[in-house]
Amino acid sequence: MTSAAPVKTQYEAVIGLETHCQLKTTTKIFCSCATDFGAPPNHQVCPICMGMPGVLPVLNQKVLEYAVKAGLALNCQIASYSKFDRKQYFYPDLPKNYQISQYDLPIAEHGWLEIELVDAAGDPCHKKVGITRLHMEEDAGKLVHGGSDRLSGSTYSLADFNRTGVPLCEIVSEPDLRSGAEAAEYAQELRRILRYLGVCDGNMQEGSLRCDVNISMRPVGQTKFGTKVEIKNMNSFNAIQRAIDYEIERQTEALECGELIIQETRLWEEGTQQTISMRVKEGSSDYRYFPEPDLCAIELPAEQLVQWQSELPELPAHKRHYYETELGLSAYDARLLTDDRVVAEYFESTVVAGGNPKQAANWIMGDITGYLNNHKLSITELALQPQGLAELIVLIENSTISSKIAKDLLPELLSRGGSAKEMVERQGLTQIADPGTLTTMINEVLLAHPQELEQYRNGKTKLQGFFVGQIMKKTGGRAEPKITNQLLVQKLKG
Amino acid sequence: MASIRELHQQLVSKERSCTEVTEAALAQIQQLEPKLHSFLAVTAEQALEQARQVDAQIAAGQPIGPLAGIPIGIKDNLCTQGIPTTCASRILQNFIPSYESTVTQKLQNAGAVMVGKTNLDEFAMGSSTENSAYQVTANPWDIERVPGGSSGGSAAAVAAGECVVALGSDTGGSIRLPASFCGVVGLKPTYGLVSRYGLVAFASSLDQIGPLAQSVEDAAILLGAIAGYDPQDSTSLNVAIPDYTQSLIPDIKGKRIGVIQETFGEGLDPVVEKTVQEAIQQLKDLGAEIKEVSCPRFRYGLPTYYIIAPSEASANLARYDGVKYGFRAEADNLLAMYKQTRSQGFGAEVKRRIMIGTYTLSAGYYDAYYLKAQKVRTLIKQDFEQAFEQVDVLVSPTAPTTAFKAGEKTTDPLTMYLSDLMTVPVNLAGLPSLSLPCGFDPQGLPIGLQMISNVLCEGILLQVAYAYEQATPWHKHSPQV
Ligand SMILES: [Zn+2]
Repeated sequence: MTSAAPVKTQYEAVIGLETHCQLKTTTKIFCSCATDFGAPPNHQVCPICMGMPGVLPVLNQKVLEYAVKAGLALNCQIASYSKFDRKQYFYPDLPKNYQISQYDLPIAEHGWLEIELVDAAGDPCHKKVGITRLHMEEDAGKLVHGGSDRLSGSTYSLADFNRTGVPLCEIVSEPDLRSGAEAAEYAQELRRILRYLGVCDGNMQEGSLRCDVNISMRPVGQTKFGTKVEIKNMNSFNAIQRAIDYEIERQTEALECGELIIQETRLWEEGTQQTISMRVKEGSSDYRYFPEPDLCAIELPAEQLVQWQSELPELPAHKRHYYETELGLSAYDARLLTDDRVVAEYFESTVVAGGNPKQAANWIMGDITGYLNNHKLSITELALQPQGLAELIVLIENSTISSKIAKDLLPELLSRGGSAKEMVERQGLTQIADPGTLTTMINEVLLAHPQELEQYRNGKTKLQGFFVGQIMKKTGGRAEPKITNQLLVQKLKG
Repeated sequence: MASIRELHQQLVSKERSCTEVTEAALAQIQQLEPKLHSFLAVTAEQALEQARQVDAQIAAGQPIGPLAGIPIGIKDNLCTQGIPTTCASRILQNFIPSYESTVTQKLQNAGAVMVGKTNLDEFAMGSSTENSAYQVTANPWDIERVPGGSSGGSAAAVAAGECVVALGSDTGGSIRLPASFCGVVGLKPTYGLVSRYGLVAFASSLDQIGPLAQSVEDAAILLGAIAGYDPQDSTSLNVAIPDYTQSLIPDIKGKRIGVIQETFGEGLDPVVEKTVQEAIQQLKDLGAEIKEVSCPRFRYGLPTYYIIAPSEASANLARYDGVKYGFRAEADNLLAMYKQTRSQGFGAEVKRRIMIGTYTLSAGYYDAYYLKAQKVRTLIKQDFEQAFEQVDVLVSPTAPTTAFKAGEKTTDPLTMYLSDLMTVPVNLAGLPSLSLPCGFDPQGLPIGLQMISNVLCEGILLQVAYAYEQATPWHKHSPQV
């Protein structure tokens, strides 16, 4: 007699990301201070970003341009009327004790981006992730606490206002993500897009891209959201994934034990690979938002919008699609090549110059990437131009040189650049495919090694490799391998 | 004291040196300050240095502008580089700005001689200058009485001849009310005409800097010197600035002048009412067409103002926390330091307004207060727009009463707020407005006439005021301190 085992409730995670991106402007959002990372404390400040009495903010137009371009790239609707608001709270890293941000009329809303995932069968698939909103705001300063790593418990705190007023763009996703892997992929794709636009360098270590995660669990099939937990302090994509996976496990276990999830903010601890509770939310904070009276409303002229739209580069998703469908690359190669816009552009230039796409991809992802990593260079600093790489690929393809010769030539081409074709001609590296020339050389080699020839003819056929080696040595590797082998076998057999 | 034009002629004709003019102003200050307390700081050294430079310019035969060598008082909520700027608040006791406000920079470039920083209600919040953390300024016409506020120091100094002209700031009447109480001309320009950069903010959407002067002409000259677009102030208007002295034509025949009906009646001192009616008759006699005009929402100005101004103030004043500059109270932890610093650093009126503003912006109250106030503000603006379809200039009393006695209203903030009844709607609408003397009450206290014109129509405002002034003797009276 069997009775049905009680069905165990299956939970699903509901995840949304709030991403703060520092916009890569040379000056701050409301003053002309520099934004460079790493200056000595309080060396990039002025009365305006210090919130001194009587000073006024003036919007850096580059910030607006970058935010609008990011909004456009994320398929958002750009607001025809937008404004700044004051978000009020007291904290020593916020000189005015209010942050100039955007509340109810953000510059961009209702967008989406598409991420690439792998389905259960291991095949690539796509998912659209909604973008709720994108708004502009100023960054706060940095506090260095004495005697503790937090404000509470410290004996003193030092304030560094260099970062105060650095322009930020906050991008809020819809709660469309369901796993750590999806969230990490979303964050990576977002960074790729922002980097393509050139509006954010996406350096997570330096904090120019910061992701906060909102996560709740609910039984599969339920539409109502569970209690939301916020996770902060992840400074890599990997950390985002692991923090979420940890949190899913923690919350699922708690739910299975009948515990309640508390609405709180948790910190990801890299050392212990856990999230720990930072503060429990007691209701929602009242930031007393109201329109910033020191700044005018933003009413973007239609021509300006059209202009900025026209300046958008081709985005990574579009490139990936093109590489796979038109250039015949694998999803993996397409993804790798398009990760960085300058690499993709190098690749495309190589293809345009006549290089076979698959070969170009192999060279770029292989030897060239290796070289760049070793020398800590960007592909834009490479002496070898796409034209040169394309020539090299063509020379191999039409059998002018062997792959081996090509590999030998590469170090010089990489460091000094120039034309692969000219180099081959200058150094006399053209492959020898003429049967007459090759026959003469084979004859000479056979004459010089009578003993080995006799051994071969007595059945030690693996000595063929020895003879090939001798011919290559004699020709400096230039003997065309296929023809050489054919002719050699004929001669060896006598 | 002589007018700007007279002094300018004396300087260029070398009848008097700039140093002599400056010394005379400083002597007047030294003599009267024990009674008046108009100045929080007298900058004698810098003034004499500036005077020497102007003298050198004149000696070298270089041309000088109309304001060169003219002694001027600056309200102490305008930042002056290297010179303490306190806003009459304890919280900014030792605050020395490292930057100059746009207006004072313009005046410096014009060669004006700043003789000192004038007293005000703390952070310009008040109607009597009694809210200063440092001193109470006396009205030169009766030192038992207040000079009005918040630019009371500037108005008293100009009235008493401690300086020729002065700068004030007007958020709800802070230039016009003291001008009325002290018997001088006070002009609040169109919002955005004068840069606010370096003006310590009280209520950003209402604050505007303007002149206090002994005559309409002096006010026009000073306005011309400070007006103009400033890329450092996003709310400043990018418009060409006319030569305001060209508007000083003593002829207003056919000009349409509207009398705001809602400013007469209950709450208005009968003497003030009678005097202002006489002034209106005078304008009629000068050939103006007088019309009765209704601004039905005018009376909602005061409650609207007392929501919007404190709301903005509560945020503007959040920066005074003891962390970065100014006064800091020692305490065991951050929160206690914040509380102690702000409790000890701010005066009662400032705290009251911070609390009101914090309340009106709070979640759950925002719609009922701040948002509603903004809607009423729009309606008040519309009333004015409609009125200006019919008339060129609106007139009203500047204040319901003449100067009251010091201490008379300090215990009742609401009564004090009523002093601004006539002036606040103008700030809500962003319009230009001035107050000029139109008579005296039986105690010999000055009465002010308020004139309001449409946005950026300072010219017509000055023209009507000038014509009235030239036809009446009031500006020739000076107080005997
Ligand atoms: Zn700055």
